[in-house]
Amino acid sequence: MIFVTVGSQMPFDRLTQAVDDWASRCANDSVFAQIGSGKYIPIHMQWSRTLSTADYRKKIFDSRLVIAHAGMGTIITALELGKPIIVMPRLGKFAETRNDHQVDTAKQLASSGCITVAMNETELIDTLASLDALESPSQIPSHASRELLTAVRNFICEDISPADVVDIAPLQMPNVTKEATHAKAA
Amino acid sequence: MQNRAFVRTRKMRLLAVASGGGHWVQLLRLRPAFSDHQVTYVTVNKSYRADIGPAEFCVVNDATRRNLLGLVLLYIRLLWHFIRVRPDVVVTTGAAPGYFAVRLGKLFGAKTIWIDSIANVSELSLSGQRAEQHVDLCLTQWSHLSRIDGPQYAGAVL
Repeated sequence: MIFVTVGSQMPFDRLTQAVDDWASRCANDSVFAQIGSGKYIPIHMQWSRTLSTADYRKKIFDSRLVIAHAGMGTIITALELGKPIIVMPRLGKFAETRNDHQVDTAKQLASSGCITVAMNETELIDTLASLDALESPSQIPSHASRELLTAVRNFICEDISPADVVDIAPLQMPNVTKEATHAKAA
Repeated sequence: MQNRAFVRTRKMRLLAVASGGGHWVQLLRLRPAFSDHQVTYVTVNKSYRADIGPAEFCVVNDATRRNLLGLVLLYIRLLWHFIRVRPDVVVTTGAAPGYFAVRLGKLFGAKTIWIDSIANVSELSLSGQRAEQHVDLCLTQWSHLSRIDGPQYAGAVL
């Protein structure tokens, strides 16, 4: 299954329609799209407007590819579940977001190699044509970097009067996410 | 003799605030930093409860700058949670609910930390720019955005 998602905030018909057109011609897989409040209704894929957070995660877990807007919620969830993701950034000029910040986010993350970026519908279709060349990235852990966790944890705990002090265990880093365990078993 | 690996602290009341989508997913990735504290999560979508297990969970409305009534409602709902929880620390990844939460946090004498979304690569988010002057610690997730007199960089959620 290929999962298409525009996220929870705004519609993104340019993405929905581009993938629907592609699905009509060449998809060997079934395609499911979460389209938000979009006006374009898909013809060649199953769809829903919204998904609960659990169903959303399940869709990504069950998919072999995620096609999405360049939203961090989707990108992070796909990386946590070790799924390849192609993102097409929303553009300010089409009022798909307030500005072009998704372009910068997508380019920056693409340069680190963890996601694939298509800047427009044409690039998206070209990328989909070489679908089988897309490799599944390795899963990332379910938590932030140790550096950030330490900074936040220290901030929470600093400046405490000695009278309040109790002993607690050191920071425990989860090694493997629940999903990771499932994935290995599968 | 105190084991050096042990941190000495007290259990804090923590208000962890995020709006939907990426803001919420990034807040979830900070959870190991909240262990040992009493956390109340505040977000904008009731289905997110499934993500956090037994911790306390409240829903407020989201609002944009263009929706004045929504902003007023959001402020009042957050105010209620502050009166109820009396947090020691407010942690937020944005956006509008986070901004109001750090403003209320100051009013209620809580420590406040703003972690700007990793989506903001070129500049701090609009809400982050507004929150920056009011928070005790403002973090950006991109080192090139850190400044001596502005947001600090201390790693990222990825």
